[in-house]
Amino acid sequence: MFASPYWVAYRTIVIKEIRRFSRIWMQTVLPPVITTTLYFIIFGRLIGGKIGPMGGVDYINYIVPGLVLMAVITNSYANVVSSFYQAKFQHHIEELLVSPAPHWVILAGFISGGVARGVTVGSVVLAVSCVFAEPHLHSIPMTLLVFVLTSALFALGGFINAIYANSFDDITIIPNFVLTPLTYLGGVFYSIDLLSPFWQQVSLFNPILYMVNAFRYGLLGLSDIPVGIALTMTLIFITALTLFSLRLLTKGIGIKT
Amino acid sequence: MHALSLKNLKKTYPGGVEALKGISLDVAEGDFFALLGPNGAGKSTAIGIISSLVNKTSGDVKVFGRSLEREPEAVKRCLGLVPQEFNFNPFEPIGEILVNQAGYHGIPRKLAWERAEQYLNQLELWDKRRQPARKLSGGMKRRLMIARALVHRPRLLILDEPTAGVDIEIRRSMWEFIRGINREGVTIILTTHYLEEAENLCRNLAIINQGEIIEHSSMRELLTRLRSESFVLNLKRPLEGLPPHEGLWLKLSEPGLLEVCVNQEQGLNPVFDYLNRNGIEVASMRNKQNRLEQLFIGLLQRDREAS
Repeated sequence: MFASPYWVAYRTIVIKEIRRFSRIWMQTVLPPVITTTLYFIIFGRLIGGKIGPMGGVDYINYIVPGLVLMAVITNSYANVVSSFYQAKFQHHIEELLVSPAPHWVILAGFISGGVARGVTVGSVVLAVSCVFAEPHLHSIPMTLLVFVLTSALFALGGFINAIYANSFDDITIIPNFVLTPLTYLGGVFYSIDLLSPFWQQVSLFNPILYMVNAFRYGLLGLSDIPVGIALTMTLIFITALTLFSLRLLTKGIGIKT
Repeated sequence: MHALSLKNLKKTYPGGVEALKGISLDVAEGDFFALLGPNGAGKSTAIGIISSLVNKTSGDVKVFGRSLEREPEAVKRCLGLVPQEFNFNPFEPIGEILVNQAGYHGIPRKLAWERAEQYLNQLELWDKRRQPARKLSGGMKRRLMIARALVHRPRLLILDEPTAGVDIEIRRSMWEFIRGINREGVTIILTTHYLEEAENLCRNLAIINQGEIIEHSSMRELLTRLRSESFVLNLKRPLEGLPPHEGLWLKLSEPGLLEVCVNQEQGLNPVFDYLNRNGIEVASMRNKQNRLEQLFIGLLQRDREAS
């Protein structure tokens, strides 16, 4: 019995994407592990010991969810932006464009590839955190849900970035000048309760804050924001970016002349 | 039913360049069709629109009666494209390139590998299936693109300069392979700058110039329009000069090379009579210029003068 052609096309893209980042694991999986290990040593052990508990838990345990999610965000975004832009740059995106695979299958394939890398790297970083901290698992379903939703959202961001990118410089601008500041200001290393009321309100415009808090809830049972709101906001962002990405593909912006 | 039908197809690029000014064209099912034209004539734009790589400005494209606009998936299922530029992932093994392409068409992996084996064997690439594409020679890369375009068994195969930069031996083996594909019933549209290739392979043709079709006929019909033909004769013994040759167009370009131009009604017999009468022996003879090339240049010149 034959599987649905859409399913075969989707699976082909996902397997290709997973093989791509697995083949270059020294560039994709290893660096975030080293970076996060350094964060745990410097911020967790050396400085964290002097900070004291936050939100009722040791500081090193408090920063685990944020650091894991930071790796998830960076990697899911990087996977799609680099893979799709390379496909555009080397013209092998045409293999997909001439095929009968619908746009939603192409999008789903690339996003799933990004989710696969985000979840893989996140899981490895979470495993590394066990060496330095004692992360709990307050809610496994919530942890997994946030893992997947966050990866999907930032994979979508990477996809849109790749569509508009005209050079390799263009695929580094957003990660360097937008994602990194938003991640650091998204409550990875601190609770927004430490901020003045004005900056607390400003922080609420940062989408990463919602995800970090939802993930922190999944691991530690702590959150600065009600978890329902955090998940709703994430789903709204995912829906909006999915619709926008499909529109770009349908119009052929950045990929057709 | 037509394999391909274009109706008033227009494309204006941002910046106002009119690449296609409303071309209409029909290609019969099973045909081997040449789409010719000088650089920048609009051939690649037309092919890009048919294969969904370029957005049209207006007009209709139908493949086997199905509209590209309304039924893009059905159209793409029938279509195989061998583009002019290499457009595969150079780091991917060539077997994977074929299997992935089949996968995008919904063909399960096991069947995809069977087909990949068949086409890679036919194109003498099976031994290289684990090699990344970047390690292949230019001719092998061209053959890889043909195998990739066939892996989903298209009914219409578009070959955009498939033999560009390929040596003559490989080119001839590719011609034989493509002829075989056409004999199996696959409609083929070929664009090429080697007019000898088009003349040898194609039954019908269209010539595009400046975004317009200036000729659309059968190869035989077009070639009958050739009023005169030029030949180069290698003489057995060099000549200092030619005996009087009234009524014949002859030119001694070198002491041992005689150029002859004959019109269709006249034929070559009067030339050979003249040579026999004067004891001039011919060692060998060849066309000075490919016949289609001669017509092609004439048509382009006429179009340029008209515009």
